[in-house]
Amino acid sequence: MNTILSRFQIEYKPFRLDIELEFPNEGVTVIFGRSGSGKTTLLRCLAGLERSSTGYLRFGDQVWQDESQNKFVPVHNRPIGMVFQDARLFPHLTVRSNLNYGYRRIPPEHRKITFEQVVELMGLRPLLDRRPQRLSGGEQQRVAIGRALLTNPQLLLMDEPLASLDAQRKQEILPFLIRLRQEMKLPIVYVTHSLNEVLQLVDYLVLLEKGRNVASGPANAVMSRLDWPGKDWPSTFGAILTTTVADHETEFGLTRVQYRDQSLYIPEQPLAVGSPLRVHLLAQDISIALGKPETPTSVLNTLPATVLEIGPTDTPGSSVDLKLDVGEPILATITRKSLAHLQLKPGMRVYANVKAVKMVHEIEEY
Amino acid sequence: MDPSIFDWQPVWITLKLAATTVSVLLLIGTPVAWWLAHTGSRARVWVEAVVALPLVLPPTVLGFYLLIALGANGVIGGPFQSVTGSSLAFSFAGLVIASTLYSLPFVVQPLQGAFEASGKTYLEAAWSLRASKWDAFLSVASPMAVRGYLTAIVLGFAHTLGEFGVVLMVGGNIPGKTKVVSIAIYDHVEALEYSHAHWLSGGLLLLSFMVLLIVYAFNRRLPVHLS
Repeated sequence: MNTILSRFQIEYKPFRLDIELEFPNEGVTVIFGRSGSGKTTLLRCLAGLERSSTGYLRFGDQVWQDESQNKFVPVHNRPIGMVFQDARLFPHLTVRSNLNYGYRRIPPEHRKITFEQVVELMGLRPLLDRRPQRLSGGEQQRVAIGRALLTNPQLLLMDEPLASLDAQRKQEILPFLIRLRQEMKLPIVYVTHSLNEVLQLVDYLVLLEKGRNVASGPANAVMSRLDWPGKDWPSTFGAILTTTVADHETEFGLTRVQYRDQSLYIPEQPLAVGSPLRVHLLAQDISIALGKPETPTSVLNTLPATVLEIGPTDTPGSSVDLKLDVGEPILATITRKSLAHLQLKPGMRVYANVKAVKMVHEIEEY
Repeated sequence: MDPSIFDWQPVWITLKLAATTVSVLLLIGTPVAWWLAHTGSRARVWVEAVVALPLVLPPTVLGFYLLIALGANGVIGGPFQSVTGSSLAFSFAGLVIASTLYSLPFVVQPLQGAFEASGKTYLEAAWSLRASKWDAFLSVASPMAVRGYLTAIVLGFAHTLGEFGVVLMVGGNIPGKTKVVSIAIYDHVEALEYSHAHWLSGGLLLLSFMVLLIVYAFNRRLPVHLS
């Protein structure tokens, strides 16, 4: 039962949250939705900051809330760490005292993550004796994450931790979040309205619309759904591939990454060889060929693929979505004319030519 | 005037009254201000209006009702007399009760403002860091409201120093018991003892000014700046 099971109904007129959701108690679960979709309320319910009068919440095998039994574990007794959109550092305390605030309040035998470790992981050494008011937004947020980690939580809840930062500051924090995901075996629930910022992080994806959970599942499975349920966003995101940096071709400004036994070229990244890197393939950037090109072509990236499924062709417009298997499911948008011309059928072996492999943070915000 | 014949008694009574009143007000005012700052209850506006009443009510009106309430047959004075055998009206204890009511808004309002300014957000952060409600109040909300506390203490103290009408009606004018500086000044002026009135008035003026000066200077150096 290593899952988190939650059922919440909350009504703040005209808003209504009505959710039943089970997600893995590991990795990064992203709750994605527009403002007003109820994602922050859901997170606050998980934290115990809001109390749904009919709510139920099970964390692994611990029940934190069961209103039918009149059971509700108050916030300060839940082993959670919470990172708010506004860092909420205590202004009367130094950075060091802020970090120690929760650490001092847990029993010594629970202090597995130590002060030194967190200072190192989040790069906080030069900030320790400063006051929060003297920190930049990005620095404040790093301290807030460190402060939450030091309570040695079993679950880290993050409410749009990057939303109040400009693009440059976001780029300063993302590497820390990526390290956090890699180095701490800590389940994270991350609320955001921008999939961009979490594509390097997301394992499990939950889509919220108007207070309801419209889709949830492993990120790639949700993103490559042909019957994309989100009305608030463009129909297809495409797919994320988890690759490894193989080498850099500096003279061409390219980095070669390895995906399974295939190579992909992406714009050069300042990353060490061997680093994991997620790349994003947009459906409209993928074209289909029946065989490997005989003649030279300008397309650098080709992946062998199997056609899994063909989307509906009775929709307006000239295009159709295909679901391909390249090791993970991805989507390709082609014209219906091409579909007819190539006589594509499920099960056919094809080649997916990728015109552009995007780095996730380059994608336009939806 | 020869300083050796200066009557210090009203000064000590006044300072004792102001210090006692402020202490009582902090004990009562903190939970009231906390409740006002955080409640969503409909009763809130009623309580706010009652707390603010002494600001607009003539001191003689408050003094009159208090005199009745604290008297031997009053709702407070009656039970007090049957238990202790002594009267609340025209006593120091009666003065403290009267001053507490009279200075209530001067303590509650700055505290309420300070608690509202820091809001619930920092408390939520403290709770998520394993602090219980009490712990969060003591370790986060209180130190963040330090300016509010300072303002409340100074205003409560200064306002009690300056009251006249209520203490005259409730305390009478009993030398050594309930005769405070403001009443002593009035007596001296009535008796045309202007030099005594000068000493007391000048002293009160200087004291009030120094207290405010120190507070404002200190306030600027406090680490907590909200808003």
